[in-house]
Amino acid sequence: MKNLAPKLSLKEYENNFAEIHPPFNPLTAKTEAERCLYCFDSPCTNACPTHIDIPTFIKKISTDNLLGSAKTILESNWVALTCAKACPVEVLCEGACVYNNKGEKPIEIGKLQRFAMDYYYKNPTTNIFSFPNRKNKSVGIIGSGPSGLACGAELKLLGYDVTIYESNNTPGGLNTWGIAPYKTRRKDSLKEVKLIKSLGVKIKTGIRIGETISIENLLNKHDAIFLGVGLGESAGLEIPGEKLKGVYNAINFIESVKLENWSSVKVGKRVAIIGAGNTSIDAATEAKRLGAEQVYIIYRRDTSQMSAYDFEFLLAKKDEIVFYFNTAPKKIIGKKFVEGIECVKTKLVSNGSKGKSKLTIIPKSEFIIPVDMVIKAIGQKPHNNFLNSIKGLKLKDGKVVVNKKNYQTGNPNIFAGGDCINGGKEVVNAAFDGKMAAHGIDEYLSN
Amino acid sequence: MIDLSTNCGGIKSPNPFWLASAPPTNSAYQVCKAFDQGWGGAVWKTIGEPVMNVCNRYGGYDYNGQKIIGLNNIELISDRPIDKNLKEIAETKKLFPNNAVVVSLMVESKRETWHEIVKRTIDTGCDGIELNYGCPHGMSERGMGSAVGQVPEYCKMITEWVTEVSTIPVLVKLTPNVSDIIYPARAAKAAKANGISLINTINSIIGIDLDTFQIMPSVAGKSGHGGYAGSAVKPIALHLVSQVARDKEVNLPISAIGGISNWKDAVEFILLGASSVQVCTAVMHYGFRIVKDMIEGLTNWMESKGFSSIEDFRGKSLEQIDDFGNFNLLHKTVARIDQKKCIHCNLCYIACEDGAHQCIDLIPVNGHNKTVVRESDCVGCSLCSLVCPVESCISMVRVDDKTESKTWNELMKEYKNENKPLTWENLAEFQKAHGIEIH
Repeated sequence: MKNLAPKLSLKEYENNFAEIHPPFNPLTAKTEAERCLYCFDSPCTNACPTHIDIPTFIKKISTDNLLGSAKTILESNWVALTCAKACPVEVLCEGACVYNNKGEKPIEIGKLQRFAMDYYYKNPTTNIFSFPNRKNKSVGIIGSGPSGLACGAELKLLGYDVTIYESNNTPGGLNTWGIAPYKTRRKDSLKEVKLIKSLGVKIKTGIRIGETISIENLLNKHDAIFLGVGLGESAGLEIPGEKLKGVYNAINFIESVKLENWSSVKVGKRVAIIGAGNTSIDAATEAKRLGAEQVYIIYRRDTSQMSAYDFEFLLAKKDEIVFYFNTAPKKIIGKKFVEGIECVKTKLVSNGSKGKSKLTIIPKSEFIIPVDMVIKAIGQKPHNNFLNSIKGLKLKDGKVVVNKKNYQTGNPNIFAGGDCINGGKEVVNAAFDGKMAAHGIDEYLSN
Repeated sequence: MIDLSTNCGGIKSPNPFWLASAPPTNSAYQVCKAFDQGWGGAVWKTIGEPVMNVCNRYGGYDYNGQKIIGLNNIELISDRPIDKNLKEIAETKKLFPNNAVVVSLMVESKRETWHEIVKRTIDTGCDGIELNYGCPHGMSERGMGSAVGQVPEYCKMITEWVTEVSTIPVLVKLTPNVSDIIYPARAAKAAKANGISLINTINSIIGIDLDTFQIMPSVAGKSGHGGYAGSAVKPIALHLVSQVARDKEVNLPISAIGGISNWKDAVEFILLGASSVQVCTAVMHYGFRIVKDMIEGLTNWMESKGFSSIEDFRGKSLEQIDDFGNFNLLHKTVARIDQKKCIHCNLCYIACEDGAHQCIDLIPVNGHNKTVVRESDCVGCSLCSLVCPVESCISMVRVDDKTESKTWNELMKEYKNENKPLTWENLAEFQKAHGIEIH
């Protein structure tokens, strides 16, 4: 890069990446737990994609039954610590809390869940689970992200022999590698991996299915396969200058930050993020917190259409990220290194009475933003080559097609869940998919 | 102009807020500070027999994140010598001639001893004497405190020893740890007491530590019952005050005690007949400063209700208190839920379903369950309206035509006149005639 952001002191890095939602202490947790109305048939439970029995786990916090509370949570969600810290609770459980209807602050469900899970991981035990007789059937899981972990844990408790194959050397998928450090740290995800291993699930890392082992081989080895492969590389911008030094993709950038070796992460003095999804916000705030002096988010459309959640938008604004809405990148400028990005203004033109408005470029509206680094965050591509190589698998818009009831793919021995079937959603959605797919697999293998 | 002044059995004070005989009235420093902040009166911490205290002395009952909704103590009467206390009382009274200074006494059951302490107390210039027949721990084991209050004969005897020499008003402070508070109250009356103070603390064990198995408060591994006070005891105190207030034989002014933490609590006790109220636990929690809101709140409330003196509303709610047998059996209410206010917590549903009479239905509407009362089945118990967290979302609505009334006593009288036995069949006939269905 032409101009690197100046390095910060270790203390500054730690401050910048300190938790944005610090934990409750026992007294504040109890006070908040006791504020819960303990609704019957509660909307928060319905709003949670994994349907955690929220009033029950909160009630247990209020009675100091923290192990019981963690058990209630884990019965529904195997990656509950990550979810507690990373879930967009504002639009899920907390958004559904009846206190909102009353004009009062909703119960801080995420922080309470984290309180119970922190207790559990300080005092881990598998005594709270019941292990049935082994079924002498095995399931192979591809990918150790949230869907794979959830599927593996659930299958283990259903009596299956489970092996998870992970291409990375460190398991956990996006839980380990893809969440901003001020929300979760790698160690959080690895605690969950450890729990699932302690149930007896085998995790083989550094194994890339399709390369190290063929999918056919795996199908022969196991009675069923679960695909929790997530998404692949970041999508390209398809504009000139993308090969210049200083152009990164968001996924790799965020992964490098997750190593928590802050000073070794290269970040430009001025950074442009392309795209306005939640990953873009992560990349932008992380660049800023690493010391970038000026960070821009460039997005073709306006606020009403960006996929980032309101609270993420707010976070970015607090981090003094500058937003360029209705702005499309046209060209990355520079000789060898990135020196700037040429953009053009856009506007939405009504498409008559039918259909969506059409994005059009405003002629002669070009302008250049001088930057040293460009981070592409316009989404990820599916693992097309790998998925297309699997017999019977059907893809639609890059997503693996599954039967919504049992998560079975076009190949009856293969099930799938998580980002590879939904195109990229929350951890909690993946956790639910994995769990439900496990039951689909169990039903399939039991017949 | 609102006048908050009161006269409780001849003891006058600028407002009805007194400090109860307890740790906050242990010294002249405290009582003077309290008067400075606005307290109308103070009952000095009981003086008398030589004692020694222990530590720890208190145990708190916390609930739902709220600290000390109840407080239990094993502290004894003043552990400072009588001379020192009497000197400070005299000094305090001189500094605050308009505030009520009442001295709580407790000595051994000897006529001469009582005569002596009463005379010495009167010499301080104080406004009245309160006889501590309530302390339920420590002193009772030595034949004092509640050991006196629990036996009406002792209560009468000792009160007589006091009233026969006292030239100032005498209040008798009663223990609630009795089966019927009326008898010690009547004994006090018979012995010519000028008023009744109640309630003293309730026998209690506040709690046990689940890790150490230690009962709290712990005194080097030992514990025992203490006296329970604070907000949690208010309903019990309200009842006992009303009982004494209603008794025609007692007919004495009342200084009410028991869980009074703010002006609203005070108003409730006054509505049941109290002439003054005494506060302890709330002050032990928050300090003397709470009296400012008590005075202001009471004044504002009286203003809003058009009352100019305490006597304007004292005892106003007493007339409602009656025996169950005189309640109208034909008064019919049902629960009505304001759907616009409902936040869909559905607590009314589960309370009614599991804890009452199964007359609320859950009906799915727009992704949530709507709670609907089956009015024909509603028994009008009001549980749903109590569990509802939203202000005035569930109302109990009267649905009878307000023309008919029949009490149990009236019904039984009719049966007697008609030679009709009380049977389930006869009762069913009455219910049917008035459209009452029991499910």
